[in-house]
Amino acid sequence: MTRHTKLVTLLVLAALIAVAPLFFPSAFYYRVGSLVFVNGLAVVGMVILIGYAGQISLGHAGFVGIGAYTCALGPLYLGIHPSIAAVLGAILSAVMAWLVGRPILKLKGYYLGVATLGFGVLVSMVLSKEGAITGGPDGIAVPDLGLRGLLKDAGLNLTNAEFWYAFAGLALLLGAWIALNIYNSPTGRALRALHGSEVAARTVGIDVPRLKLQAFVISAVYASAAGSLLALQNKFITPDAAGFMHSIEMVTMAVLGGAGSVLGAVFGAAILTILPQVLTVFQEYEYILLGLVMMLVMIFLPEGILPSIGRRLRGKSE
Amino acid sequence: MKISTALGAATLAVTMLGPVGAAQAEIKIGASLSETGPAGYLGVPEGQTIRMMVKEINDAGGINGEKIKLFIYDDGGDPNKARTFATRLVEDDGVVAIVGGTTTGATMSIMPVAAEAKVPFISLAGAIEIIKPVQAWTFKTPHTDRMACEKIFVDMKKRGFTKIAMISGSDGFGASMRKQCLDVKGNYGIDVIADEIYGPQDADMTPQLTKIKNAPNVQAVLNAGFGQGPAVVTRNYAQLAIKMPFYQSHGVASGEFIKLAGKEASEGIRLPGTALLVADLLSDSDKQKPVVLAYKKSYEPAYNTPVSTFGGYAYDAMQILVDSIKRAGSTKPAAIRDAIEKTSGLVGTTGIVTMSPTDHLGLDLSAFKMLEIRNGNWTIVE
Amino acid sequence: MPELMQFLLSGITVGAVYALIALGFTIIYNASDVVNFAQGEFVMLGGMITVFTYAAGLPLPLAAIVAIVLTAGVGVLLNKLAIEPARGAPVVSLIIITIGASIFIRGVAQVVFDKQLHRFPAFSGDAPIAVLGATILPQSLWVIAGAMAVFVGLYLFFTRTLLGRAVLATANNRMAAQLVGINTKYVMTLSFALSAAIGALGGVLVTPITLVSYDVGIGLALKGFAAAMLGGMGNPKGALVGGILLGIIEALTAGYISSQYKDAAAFVVIIAVLFAMPNGLFAKGSTDRV
Repeated sequence: MTRHTKLVTLLVLAALIAVAPLFFPSAFYYRVGSLVFVNGLAVVGMVILIGYAGQISLGHAGFVGIGAYTCALGPLYLGIHPSIAAVLGAILSAVMAWLVGRPILKLKGYYLGVATLGFGVLVSMVLSKEGAITGGPDGIAVPDLGLRGLLKDAGLNLTNAEFWYAFAGLALLLGAWIALNIYNSPTGRALRALHGSEVAARTVGIDVPRLKLQAFVISAVYASAAGSLLALQNKFITPDAAGFMHSIEMVTMAVLGGAGSVLGAVFGAAILTILPQVLTVFQEYEYILLGLVMMLVMIFLPEGILPSIGRRLRGKSE
Repeated sequence: MKISTALGAATLAVTMLGPVGAAQAEIKIGASLSETGPAGYLGVPEGQTIRMMVKEINDAGGINGEKIKLFIYDDGGDPNKARTFATRLVEDDGVVAIVGGTTTGATMSIMPVAAEAKVPFISLAGAIEIIKPVQAWTFKTPHTDRMACEKIFVDMKKRGFTKIAMISGSDGFGASMRKQCLDVKGNYGIDVIADEIYGPQDADMTPQLTKIKNAPNVQAVLNAGFGQGPAVVTRNYAQLAIKMPFYQSHGVASGEFIKLAGKEASEGIRLPGTALLVADLLSDSDKQKPVVLAYKKSYEPAYNTPVSTFGGYAYDAMQILVDSIKRAGSTKPAAIRDAIEKTSGLVGTTGIVTMSPTDHLGLDLSAFKMLEIRNGNWTIVE
Repeated sequence: MPELMQFLLSGITVGAVYALIALGFTIIYNASDVVNFAQGEFVMLGGMITVFTYAAGLPLPLAAIVAIVLTAGVGVLLNKLAIEPARGAPVVSLIIITIGASIFIRGVAQVVFDKQLHRFPAFSGDAPIAVLGATILPQSLWVIAGAMAVFVGLYLFFTRTLLGRAVLATANNRMAAQLVGINTKYVMTLSFALSAAIGALGGVLVTPITLVSYDVGIGLALKGFAAAMLGGMGNPKGALVGGILLGIIEALTAGYISSQYKDAAAFVVIIAVLFAMPNGLFAKGSTDRV
């Protein structure tokens, strides 16, 4: 990936985000769009972990939960502003990722998957069972971010849906920019080397455990940020956000669209967020179609949809 | 890369254009229910009831001559999805009222959307937080879990029980009801000496019940939960030969429960239920009798299952909505909302509903009946 | 003391189910290096198909056999249509494929059957049996006996029959097995059918105790997976011991520590085992090809 491609990627994303609203028949589409961006942000983080570093996590929704719940509990118990709470959530997630990652990342393959799964499930259990603090399985309210009100005072009057569309879109662009920068940096190259072969990477002097941990922590921060955005947007959060199914969704979105690229990640997030909306006519068959999509894409387009189509159109001369 | 990104962009744009609704001169009503997922037990009868009623009303000519167009979505109990569907209902489908929110989590997500769009919302969930504090645009039809606790405690007090044990599911319903029961027990002189929890999908609760059986001086046991859990708890209760009187919650107020728990194990269990379950036992002068029998007659042959209180909540919600639209003489959301708030003496399956600006539920404890299972059938206790 | 007995009996009953699921994971993992996240759905299908064929009028034993055979067929289809085409794919892809398969099967079950809870009568009645001050349901004895029978049967199969040894050979080294003339495709098909049948048997045995509905699969899969990991992925002895041990740990946690966090016990144990003994209790030491 050259600097040229990085610019193109960002421009394409920005263009899509800016232009799409012109086609929206109703305000509902802003809501879907902002969900796509929030999911996209989390999935860009997964790309760094899965695509760049080649690790698996079946429990990353745990970090989403941490980021989301700090926005609810921080203002409630510490009296801080939700935006500070979001930052606090990111720091907390980074710390947890660092603590949990050090021993866990020594494992490989299914063992790593199961250990991360265990982590995610434990986080969602604690969030659900400590009801006295967290509000329990029925969830807890999240206070307003206040930014929309500030903009309104400054003269820019946006509806709730429009505001969140723009804000989440900006967050996604920022996240994408950072991820693309990482790709071309020494860290990114080292990650890609380690993805190729851990043993070879070690022999050329790469500190493999430290790098894996870095990727884990960075992707945890992305997930946490996405969780905070989700909580602030919905003004409400439940422990499902940290659950196993949500973790699987995140991995699926990453791999579906193409785990190697930022654009692929956003594409995967878009497909899995929009598909249930389009399929409401077939609501009875939603699981069947979802399962089929997951299987068929992974069998026939194992690199993900975007890269596979790209290759086919370019005529396999890579 | 460039071509694939263009393709990706095009596909994104096309899929986002997806469902574009056409405007029609009908009464648009929306529903977001949990027909799949852990609360499917509740959501499925609700969905069936709403669809059945809309068909009945439309076949009879609609409300004031206008037919109802129903938009119904399945949020699977996921509050995030519930919020998205609620947004879709008010922004894209343009509904004038929403019924639904099977779970408390889903309801709490729908409430702000309804309030912002100024569309009335009748919730089918149980938690007391939905209507206390009162939100202008949210109403609900089921009894609160607090009321269920109170009804049970009144009965326990009558039988002289002061020391009880609780075993609750860790899902939203169980956790919420447990909290409410622990909150109000003092008002009835009741002490909870053992407090156990189980997971809603657990296969075996004998460890928890063994602890309860061995706790000294326990006079009665209360199980707060719904779905699969209470059926397994009841079977385990019988397996361990626990003799203490056993109370269930309104979460299992359906014939299905007796079938799943088994006739022998469920003998003697008491729970707070609505008139719906004992329709045939009601006296002819009971105002609810005709309403309840009518619902049974429409629902049971259509779906081949016995009625449940959850379907009854949806029935009442639709009744209130239709009645309000008729009284308001208008299909403007604000007018409908005002009319709902003025509902008075409406006979539903759950009870007789009288709302007010400070009471968006309209029911009191008398709407609950204390039922006991005898010989595989419901009987009325009080 | 009778308390402890009750906890143990409860743990062994639940553990036997986990063991059956873990055994299913083990067989497929040994044959194809794939962790089949759809394993829990086989248990669900075993239960659901029995419920519906029994309700349609078949006598219970026949309904159970029909369920087991049909589910074995589903296992074979899963292999042919989803796993085989993806041979050699990275672990992440395989995880998504089997999870996709589990979602797909759940979706089909939802449409073909319904979303309600179901049960059929226990094989020898519901009268609890007293054991050392505790009680156990007759059906629990069936579950435990079933798990033991399956284990013994598999042991005999793998060590005494030619076909069984062919399966082991394929698991050990696919290329070498092909070179000595073993039809590895047939072995794969057999493994999936066997694994699905075992899962279905588990479902048939346990439904009278725990009830069944279209979505019980995923929770069971997670627990069974944890049990397989505990005992050592790929080791049948480990699957049995891991399953029973997990069941007992859960029961003891609920009984003595906190019933709130009973479910957490499984995952805490898994993480602990993964750090202390990454290959599980019955570690088969592994080497990495560089």
